[in-house]
Amino acid sequence: MSETKPPLDPNLKALESEAIHIFREVAAEFERPVMLYSVGKDSSVLLHLARKAFYPGKIPFPLLHIDTGWKFAEMIAFRDHMVEQFDLDLVAHTNARGVLENVSPFTHGSSVYTNIMKTEALRQGLDAGQYDAAFGGARRDEEASRAKERIYSFRTPDHRWDPRNQRPELWSVYNGMIKKGESVRAFPLSNWTEVDIWRYIKAENIPIVPLYFAARRPVVERDGMLILAEDKRLKPLPGEVVQQQMIRFRTLGCFPLTGAIRSEATTLDEIIDELETATVSERQGRAIDRDEAGSMEKKKREGYF
Amino acid sequence: MNINAEVVEQAKPAIDADTRNARPLRLITCGSVDDGKSTLIGRLLWDTKAVKEDQADALARDNRNQQNGLGLPDFALLLDGLQAEREQGITIDVAYRYFSSEKRSFIVADTPGHEQYTRNMATGASTADLAILLVDARTGILEQTRRHATIATLMGIRQFVLAVNKIDLIDYDRLRFDEIATQFRQLALSLGVTDVTAIPMSALLGENVVYSGKTNMPWYVGKSLVEVLELATQRSAQTVGFRLPVQRVSRPNEGFRGYQGTVAGGSVKPGDSVVILPSGTVANVKQIVTFDLVRNAAVAGDAITLVLDRPVDIARGDMIASIDAAPASGLSFEAKLVALAPDGVSAQKRYWLKSSSRRQRVRVNPKTLLDLKSGQWNDADALPLNGIGTVQLAFDEEALFDPYETNRNTGAFILIDPDTNNTVAGGMIVARSAAVDGLSSDDGLDQTLLSLPSDLAKKLMQSDVFKAMREQIEIRHTSANRASSILRELD
Ligand SMILES: Nc1nc2c(ncn2[C@@H]2O[C@H](COP(=O)(O)OP(=O)(O)O)[C@@H](O)[C@H]2O)c(=O)[nH]1
Repeated sequence: MSETKPPLDPNLKALESEAIHIFREVAAEFERPVMLYSVGKDSSVLLHLARKAFYPGKIPFPLLHIDTGWKFAEMIAFRDHMVEQFDLDLVAHTNARGVLENVSPFTHGSSVYTNIMKTEALRQGLDAGQYDAAFGGARRDEEASRAKERIYSFRTPDHRWDPRNQRPELWSVYNGMIKKGESVRAFPLSNWTEVDIWRYIKAENIPIVPLYFAARRPVVERDGMLILAEDKRLKPLPGEVVQQQMIRFRTLGCFPLTGAIRSEATTLDEIIDELETATVSERQGRAIDRDEAGSMEKKKREGYF
Repeated sequence: MNINAEVVEQAKPAIDADTRNARPLRLITCGSVDDGKSTLIGRLLWDTKAVKEDQADALARDNRNQQNGLGLPDFALLLDGLQAEREQGITIDVAYRYFSSEKRSFIVADTPGHEQYTRNMATGASTADLAILLVDARTGILEQTRRHATIATLMGIRQFVLAVNKIDLIDYDRLRFDEIATQFRQLALSLGVTDVTAIPMSALLGENVVYSGKTNMPWYVGKSLVEVLELATQRSAQTVGFRLPVQRVSRPNEGFRGYQGTVAGGSVKPGDSVVILPSGTVANVKQIVTFDLVRNAAVAGDAITLVLDRPVDIARGDMIASIDAAPASGLSFEAKLVALAPDGVSAQKRYWLKSSSRRQRVRVNPKTLLDLKSGQWNDADALPLNGIGTVQLAFDEEALFDPYETNRNTGAFILIDPDTNNTVAGGMIVARSAAVDGLSSDDGLDQTLLSLPSDLAKKLMQSDVFKAMREQIEIRHTSANRASSILRELD
């Protein structure tokens, strides 16, 4: 890396060291770890930290991407580019049953769709690889039910999370003991906030999907969300008009379910400035969290990440 | 894009230099039910803008007990992360909250205030640098306050903020505030804590939380809570001996062999002599490797890869340490323990003990149990759930520790039940135990006999120092007459 890069500020350095510690601990304690790679900004940071943790060696586990088939096209292009650039071992999994039954966010609603193409697909992907530990990029500041999740989050053989029966977690001594079939989800970014992620991306010059930066893009407004209208599978409904607007995304998921925000932030500094004055949370653009109060907790109990 | 970023950075260096110039401060809030803990945390998040409008909206949609007429969201709902808990209206576990001021980032461990709190509080306090103890200005210091302060101290916290909350309900009465503050300072002192800041506060109205409460409390010239937190110190393990618990050995090719781990104490630089424990092998540090560059030093907290100058046999769980300030190694240690599982901790069972990256079998012999009400350590042979006590640890293989007092990383451990794999206790090393088989084997050592009134002896025996040395002390009770005749015999 470049010799002139200024040292990280103590806040980011502490977060980075903690994440590296978690990566190494899980890699040492589990037989078949895997890293969930969603291609978003948190995954980009996670990937960067994994490379740092095991340097000068390679990342000693594969990456698993749950591809719903409805991701933004730019995400898939970016993913393939990363795999090539860093010589990653990537497994992409799509729920074949869902494809066969033509499950889509338009026809089945966000709740059923998410359940089949994300939650069920994730369980399939984890079972297929017989993984006993899966890294995820979730942060505790994201959503209320995440605030109580452990760094090592224990899962039953059918991938369920029991929020009432979590193992106590003291200091940075993690309990990685499980029985056959059980698994652990490990969250190295637990203590990061959204702003930390962006500051770190800037400090470390980490590549991210360009959709995070504001640009003029075609959108339609639907249910109060700005949906990107680049994919041919998005059929404008009667009354909807495709407009060119200056927008960007705060989180990236499936394009029909992820709302853009109007923004002029075209650089990392502008994004950080925008965040520090933001009055809405990043998950606001996500249809999945809005279905009902407590919906994230419910999905997590069922095995959603 | 990069060029662009640089220009912007140069345009506003002052802000970048001032913000986040420290590690996140970790704190814990403790209080009894209804003291206003949720209100305080909510207020902190709200006034530092860590809560966003849509999150507040989601609460409005829940349409339950609207907090008050101040146009604020119901903070308790905002904080209750889990559906089941929300339905019962109680918090049952530890949740972590994040907020930041201009100067610093903060991580708050939010633990419930009801009876079963010891386990949760111990968990939250294990990583905390500072504890906020909340009291209701109308009721003042309660038995609960003593409990919370005791647990916090035990877990190694040496900085307290006393938040005298609901000061608006006692007409901002300065005398009452002073009285509570004085009472608390005495309590803290009895636990050995001198770093205490007392703040009169209305969490509900936001007075002395983030913003000043001058308008209603012109008599209070101290800092607001956030200002105190910004200046709080962090416990640093940098001044003690170098410790690197080895997490994994990295061998990407024949030519490279590096030991990966997080520096758990002190610092290291190339050329330093180190000892590898438990084997006792000696080597010198050749290189400190990180992704960014080869470094010329590393300090506590850094995740590094260490290369030594000679081939040595090192595995996960070993410790690389300063040659002249190595940790204690031995088969028997004295420790304090907090029991976290329903079955408690018993002498009958063999547990797994994990400390840093080292896991080994251990037998646990409970000695005393702390009575949180009175602060006394009473004899005991088992620890129930939420029990805090002293124990003797007996290992089959060499164990490596520092006292928790000197190093919170290498002095801490958890116990795992081998049947359920659950974490059943958290522990803190007091010291390595002297000869386990009693005084008789030690005939080379000089002994001192004391004779003192039994009530004084009782007090002495309840002190931490005494407890830590319990194995080395013989006690008999007798009459004053008989005692003086024994002493005369020795004269
Ligand atoms: N007047 C006044 N009421 C407060 C203050 N702080 C909290 N309360 C009220 O006290 C009650 C209990 O507060 P809550 O935060 O739920 O307590 P917790 O059980 O400790 O989390 C609520 O009705 C709050 O509105 C304060 O500073 N002044």
